[in-house]
Amino acid sequence: MEKLLVYISGLLFGLGVSIGGMANPAKVQNFFDVAGVWDPSLAFVMGGALLVTAPGYWFLFKRGKPMFATKFSVPTNRTIDTKLVAGSAVFGIGWGIAGFCPGASIPVLSTLNPDVVIFTASLIGGILIAKGLMKMSANRRAEAQTA
Amino acid sequence: MEVIETAFTPWASLIGGLLIGLGTVLLMAVRGNVLGATGILAGFMTPSSSSDWAWRAVMILGMISAPIAILLATGGFPTIEVPVNRWMMVIGGVIVGIGVTYGSGCTSGHGVCGIARLSPRSITATLTFMLTAGITVYILRHVIGG
Repeated sequence: MEKLLVYISGLLFGLGVSIGGMANPAKVQNFFDVAGVWDPSLAFVMGGALLVTAPGYWFLFKRGKPMFATKFSVPTNRTIDTKLVAGSAVFGIGWGIAGFCPGASIPVLSTLNPDVVIFTASLIGGILIAKGLMKMSANRRAEAQTA
Repeated sequence: MEVIETAFTPWASLIGGLLIGLGTVLLMAVRGNVLGATGILAGFMTPSSSSDWAWRAVMILGMISAPIAILLATGGFPTIEVPVNRWMMVIGGVIVGIGVTYGSGCTSGHGVCGIARLSPRSITATLTFMLTAGITVYILRHVIGG
């Protein structure tokens, strides 16, 4: 039952991304091209998602706990640091260049569109590179502390 | 890069957004997890346990079923128009992967789940990546391409 509901959650998300136009790089780049062929559609995707998620989360958190877990696993870090801002700034640059973000490219992988496949493979490469770099600097810090 | 004009689709985009919201709330109700594509993908690639991997795999399976459902219902896949060349996909993909890992999230994790919780980190992250995406498109289209 849990797996079926998780599957439906993924399906709804994928349908939303596909129908909303989020997985169409031309539409994404046009959303940001206020000075050119501006297409404000994606504001409606974000707005629609928040219209459901904000009250939905509020109701769930008030109600207590999830159906198949003992508690909600929500990020608790509230510190705005350089890593968050710099990482997000870098993400935006890549999003502007390719027109795909992770949540948009994953669902449409099943179209086997070569651009989607190439983007997603490069995305995974980027995630692994960053994880490797973060591990290396964490190791260096640990070594410096023991020395 | 070329410019492909797209039609303003307020209704389709609003319905798409509402569906994203439903999926996001459902995952929180079922497992108590935020629906961040970055987190789900990263945890799928480098899982912490087999049960942790399993729900992410089911989630991704659900996501990739969507275009197939649309194909069966309408006779066509969702529209994907790419105004840039393949190298931009490679460069953009790697940059996005590095950015979302250091920034701890993307459009879904910060832009939807985080803003819905009024997380100051997510609000900051979303404003930041929207701004740099806008500047990037402006430079590509109106400074370099213009």
